[in-house]
Amino acid sequence: MNTEMLLLWSDQLPVSLAVWLVLLVLAMYLGRSQAHLLIMSTSGAVRTLFRLAARSFNLLAMRLNSRNKEIILSHGRDAVEKKIEREFHRVNSLVKKDLSGYPAAQRKINDAIEKIEEDFSSSIEAPPLPPSWVEGVDTIAKTAKAADPTVTLILENINQSLTKAQKEALDEYRRSSQGRHEALKNMLPTWRNVSQQLSEINKNVDGIEGQAKVIDKHMQEYESIRNSEDTAVRKLLSSSVTQLFISGLVLIIAIMGGFINFQLIALPMSEMVGGTSQLGPMKTADVAALVIIMVEIAMGLFLMESLRITHLFPIISSMDDNMRKKMLIITLSILTILAGFEASLAYMRDLLALDREALTQSLAGSEIISAEFRWIPSVGQMVIGFILPFTLAFIAIPLESFIQSFRTVMGTAFCQLLQMIDVTFRMVGNIVQRCGHILIRVYDLIIFIPLEVENHLSGRKLKMDKIKIDKDAEVDQLPVLTEEKLS
Amino acid sequence: MKRFALLLSVVVIMLGGCNAEKPKTKSVYMLLDTSGTYTKELDKAQKIINYLLATLNSGDSLAVARIDSGSFSEKDIVSKVTFDTRPSVVSDQKRVFKRSIDNFISSVKSSSYTDITGGVLQASEFLNETRADEKIILVFSDLKEDLVKGHVRDFSIPLVDIKVVALNVTKLRSDNVDPRHYLNRVAKWQERVNQGGGKWLVLNDLERLERLIAG
Repeated sequence: MNTEMLLLWSDQLPVSLAVWLVLLVLAMYLGRSQAHLLIMSTSGAVRTLFRLAARSFNLLAMRLNSRNKEIILSHGRDAVEKKIEREFHRVNSLVKKDLSGYPAAQRKINDAIEKIEEDFSSSIEAPPLPPSWVEGVDTIAKTAKAADPTVTLILENINQSLTKAQKEALDEYRRSSQGRHEALKNMLPTWRNVSQQLSEINKNVDGIEGQAKVIDKHMQEYESIRNSEDTAVRKLLSSSVTQLFISGLVLIIAIMGGFINFQLIALPMSEMVGGTSQLGPMKTADVAALVIIMVEIAMGLFLMESLRITHLFPIISSMDDNMRKKMLIITLSILTILAGFEASLAYMRDLLALDREALTQSLAGSEIISAEFRWIPSVGQMVIGFILPFTLAFIAIPLESFIQSFRTVMGTAFCQLLQMIDVTFRMVGNIVQRCGHILIRVYDLIIFIPLEVENHLSGRKLKMDKIKIDKDAEVDQLPVLTEEKLS
Repeated sequence: MKRFALLLSVVVIMLGGCNAEKPKTKSVYMLLDTSGTYTKELDKAQKIINYLLATLNSGDSLAVARIDSGSFSEKDIVSKVTFDTRPSVVSDQKRVFKRSIDNFISSVKSSSYTDITGGVLQASEFLNETRADEKIILVFSDLKEDLVKGHVRDFSIPLVDIKVVALNVTKLRSDNVDPRHYLNRVAKWQERVNQGGGKWLVLNDLERLERLIAG
C-alpha cells in the first residue's frame, strides 16, 4: 500500500518522490501561518503548564522552608533556653555555695579590722612626760657647786636616785615599746587572714562574672534565634546534620547490641514457647525474644522520660514529681527483672549449647571432652545478658536526637528537592518554547523555495508599486506646476 | 507514641523479611536390611542414623525399622521418635534413640527372607501419619527381595509425595557376572515407586546424603 502510494505519480521512485516533495512543500507553504500559530500556541501552552507546575513547587518549597525554619528555630530556642536555665542554676548554686558564707566572712573581716585597730591603737607610742622637777633639780645643781659637803652628799644621793629613776623609766619605756612591737607582730596573721578572705571573695565574684559572660553569650544566641536571623538558622541546621550523623551512628551500634541480645535469648526462648511454632513467617521463639528486647527498649524510653532526660512523651514530662518518681521506680524495677531474666536465659543458652555439643560429639563417635575454664564464657554470657538491657535503655537519647534532627534535615533536603524540581520545570518550559521557535525556523527552511519566490515577487511588486507611486506623484505635480505657472 | 509504634513495626517487618521462609518439618523412615550377609553393612547404617540424629530438629520425625521376612508390621520398627519442641528434650530423645539403635545393631540376627515391599508400605503409613512437609524413606538394602511363600507383594504401593532413597545398593556377586541384574533391580524399584506417586533416588555415595537431608 505504501509502495503504491509512493509510486502514485510515476513508476520511477525518484520522480514520484520529487512530486510528493513538491506537493508537501506546497501544502506546507499554504498552511504556513496556521502551522506557525499551532507550533507557537502549543509550545506556549506547554511552557505555561511547566511554569505553573514550577510555581506550585516553588510555593510548596517556600511553605516547607518556612515551616522548617520555624521548627529549627523552635528546637534551637528550646536548647538555648535549657542552656541558659542550666547556667542560671549554676550561678544559683555558686551563690548559694560560695556567697552564702559572705556575711560570716564579712563579720570575720570586721572583727579582724577591729582587732587590727585595737592593736594599732595599743601600739601608738606615748612619749614620756618631761619631769616637772627638772628645773628645781637644775637650780639645786647650780647652787651645789658652792655648797658644803653635806649638801653635796645630799645632791649626790639625789643624783643617784634620779639616775636610778631615769633608768627605771627607760626600762619601762623599752618594755612598753616591746609590747607595742608584739602587738604589731600579732597584727600580721590577722592581716593575712583578712587578705585571704578578700581574695576568696574576689575569686567567687570572678567565677560569677565568668558565668555571667557565658549567660551573655547564650543570651546573644537566644536573641539571634528570636530575631530569626539567617546565621542562626544556618548554624542550627548544621548542628542538626551533625546530630543526625552522630545519633545515627550510635543507633547503629545500639541495633548491633540488640542483635547480640537477640542471639543470646532466641535459642533458650524456644525452650519456653517451643521451637516449632510459627507466628506468620517467623518462629514464635524469635518473636518472643524480639518482644522482650522491644519491651526493654520501651522501658528504657520510659525511664529516660521519667528522668526528664528525653522528651518523647509529653504526658510523662508533664507528670507531677511524685507520679514521675513512682514511674521511675516501676520502670527501673521492670528493667531489672528483665535483665535478671535475660541473664538466666543466657545461662540456659550456654547449657543448651554444651548439651548439644556433647550430643554431637557422641553422635560423631568421638570422645566427649570437658573443656577447662568452661565457666568463664558462661559467666560472661550471664553478665552480658544482664548488662545489655540497661545499655539498650540508653537508646532513648540518640533516638530522640535522631528523630528531631531527621525531621529537620529531611525537611531541608525535601525543600531543596522541590526547589530543584522548580528550576527543572522552568528550564523545561523555556526549552519547549525555544524548541517551538526552532521548529518554526525548520518549517520555513523546508519551504524556503516558495518563500523566496514569494519574497522576490513581493519585492518586485513593492518596487513596481513604488515606481507607480512615484509616477503618480509626478503626474499629480504636473498640473500644479502648470497652474502655478499659469497663475 | 506514634513514632515508636512506627519504628517497632518497621523493625518487625525487617526482621520478618529476613526470615520469610517457614521451616519445613521432615519425616524420615529408614529401613535396614537384615537379611543374609547384609547385616555386615549395618555399621554404615549406624553412621547414617547418627547423621540423621544430628541433622533433624524439633518437630521432625525419625523411625528406623528392620527388613525381615514379613516387614509389614509395627514389631519391625526398632525405634521411632517425633522430636519435641523444646531443645533440651530433643537432646534427650536423640540420646535414647541412639542407645536403642546401638543395642539393635549389636544384637541383630539375620533374617531368612527379605520383605522390602512390606517395609516400604509400613514406612509409607508411618510417614503419612506424621503429616510432615517432607517425607523420606531411606532403604538401606541391596534391593533384592526374597519373599516367604504365600506373601503377596506385587501391587502398587501408595507413595504420594514421598521420596524413596535407596542407599548403599551393594552389587551382589551375580551382578558382577551380569550387571543387568543390578540395573533391572534398580529399574524395577524405580518403576514401582513412580507408579505409587513417589520419587525415586539412588545414593550409593553416602556423602551426598547431606544434600538430600539438608535440601
